[in-house]
Amino acid sequence: MELQSLIYLFVGASFALYIGIAIWAKAGSTSDFYVAGGGVSPVANGMATAADWMSAASFISLAGIVSLLGRDSGAYLMGWTGGYVLLAMLLAPYLRKFGKFTVPDFVGDRYYSDVARTVAVICVIFVSFTYVAGQMRGVGIVFSRFLQVDINTGVILGMGIVFVYAVLGGMKGITYTQVAQYCVLIVAYTIPAIFLSLQVTGDFLPQIGFGGTIEFAFDNGVREIPAGTYVLHALDQSFKDLGFSIPYTEGRAGVWDTFLLTVALMCGTAGLPHVIVRFFTVPRVRDARISAGWALLFIALLYTVCPAVGAFGRLNVIKNLQNNDYATWTQECTADQRAEVDAMIAQGIDTARMPCRGQWFATWENSGLIGWMDKNGDGKIQVANGAAFEGKPTFDGDARGPSGERVLTNTPLPAPAGQAIENEVYVDRDIIVLANPEIAALPNWVIALIAAGGLAAALSTAAGLLLVISSSISHDLLGRVMFKDPETGRSKLTDGQELMAARIAAACAIGVAGYLGINPPGFVAQVVAFAFGLAAASFFPVIINGVFDKRMNKEGAIAGMLVGLSVTFIYIVLNVFVDKSGTFKVFSIEATGIGTIGMVIHFIVAYVVSRATAEPPQEIQEMVESIRIPRGAGAATAH
Amino acid sequence: MEEQKAQAYWQENIRTIMQLMVVWFVASYGCGVLFVDLLDTIAFGGFKLGFWFAQQGSIYVFLILIFVYAKRMNAIDEKYDVHE
Repeated sequence: MELQSLIYLFVGASFALYIGIAIWAKAGSTSDFYVAGGGVSPVANGMATAADWMSAASFISLAGIVSLLGRDSGAYLMGWTGGYVLLAMLLAPYLRKFGKFTVPDFVGDRYYSDVARTVAVICVIFVSFTYVAGQMRGVGIVFSRFLQVDINTGVILGMGIVFVYAVLGGMKGITYTQVAQYCVLIVAYTIPAIFLSLQVTGDFLPQIGFGGTIEFAFDNGVREIPAGTYVLHALDQSFKDLGFSIPYTEGRAGVWDTFLLTVALMCGTAGLPHVIVRFFTVPRVRDARISAGWALLFIALLYTVCPAVGAFGRLNVIKNLQNNDYATWTQECTADQRAEVDAMIAQGIDTARMPCRGQWFATWENSGLIGWMDKNGDGKIQVANGAAFEGKPTFDGDARGPSGERVLTNTPLPAPAGQAIENEVYVDRDIIVLANPEIAALPNWVIALIAAGGLAAALSTAAGLLLVISSSISHDLLGRVMFKDPETGRSKLTDGQELMAARIAAACAIGVAGYLGINPPGFVAQVVAFAFGLAAASFFPVIINGVFDKRMNKEGAIAGMLVGLSVTFIYIVLNVFVDKSGTFKVFSIEATGIGTIGMVIHFIVAYVVSRATAEPPQEIQEMVESIRIPRGAGAATAH
Repeated sequence: MEEQKAQAYWQENIRTIMQLMVVWFVASYGCGVLFVDLLDTIAFGGFKLGFWFAQQGSIYVFLILIFVYAKRMNAIDEKYDVHE
């Protein structure tokens, strides 16, 4: 079948599955809508958490980031997984025992204060919206790349799908669609990675192949790298030969920066509301603990494969491109050539540099993610350290150069002084995942699977975030603050009214997220630091204190949240937005690591203020005693 | 008496958490960040050891830690008769 039809088939089938699940799992009560009725098995919740957690960026861009940063990317890999250890030990079991619907619920009840509750609601909404804007954009980009529709049409299609299962099914619908989405995305990610590993190293598992040896000798442009060399040694040697100042396996970032960034990402992960609420959906405290383990297992399946994919991708760029003749490499295959290539692959011979095997290069050049400028006019591609030209590729319409390449209008940049080989190629980092099936000569259905996987990753994360936004509005803001009965302290809304409010809030949130996806604020990349930094400086410490420090009172908690948030917020604004060059620094702290400092300040301020003011009421201290003990965790309730 | 039991249960939980957090810290911040250059002088198959910890090993350690914690806590829950 033709590629485009296969993509429509795979994406269409996966969407039909998600909508089918949503109809089957329609929410009947607020408990269904907010916490899926509290009856999700720990394994299913683990899968749903993994899908919730891994976004379009994890799926499409992370391997590219890893291959670009080399060892420094360890901060992201550790930060985005290590947070689950904190969740399992310090947060999830006690919040499950507490047994309410949302994070602001915990903050408001534990600190017996609607001010604390409202601060928490504002944080949830801010953190989740900054995060969701990027997701809707991701949906649009995946649609536009694979289904050849305009990005905005893609965003609207994505909104439609999320609308159906988030508004209809609430947490119950989202949980079971996320389980399906996890299966789609992990299969789509690992199949090409396994073939790539087999092709590069002969090892089946990418995690093993990562430390394995290369099957085929290649010429990196300066020297021949013999077969049997370790993948990472081949990369380090080639980096040295091609003028890169730092080998792939060495770090550029300072120890202090890496440390602060890793802490901020770990504590931010553990403090992100859309991750925390997933642990409200399991039946018992012990399920919450083990469920964090399952979640990390399912996440690790992608996160341990990812750095291998990044290294193989970087190696392939050098091995397959260096001094390869553009015109013959990227030409259309004749039937005879195709048969010859297939036969050679079947015999285990490396064909990656052969004529007509580089069509993927031309394909992604057509979509603008690759650019080649034949600066020395030899018709061959050269790869080396340094940018080939200024900025991202801009093309001169459909004009073609002497070798058939797209003509670039960018200003060429010279190679750094003393470097023999001049880089001629721009490769977008997303290529490392997107072009894998083509580089590995896999059948078309694998490419279709990647399209479905990328969409699954983006949709699942968007849905989880939208649900958190809607529940904090309908449950916390409307139910617990605005329509609170002052005498009983309970909501004046009936369960049915609150459910309707939750659905309306979800629909509005999707509208806003879609708007942000179509008109992205110019700082989407920077706001990630915001989301993690703010979560690390607010929710993480306030929940830890609520569980582990019985003496913590509302004064301490509110002061801690406000000071922690302000420090983080103001620092990022000054560093990223006011002073755009990023030179504003105190003690040379990067904006990405400031969440850690905000968190430490939060802990200190909260401790000092709480000890200087009255201790919390007796019933609150008893509540803390009770959440520490597993027995008696009923289903999550509204009141 | 009940209160003492709850107190002892909580102390044992905290002790378990502390022990596991030490491993958590050493595997990630120790091996993957603070002493990564030192460990990189040791070859581990095709990897440098520090690099392996930063990109692979720490994640495996995290996984083991959560499952160990869940298992140990189940036992402690039973011991103090506070299980569900």
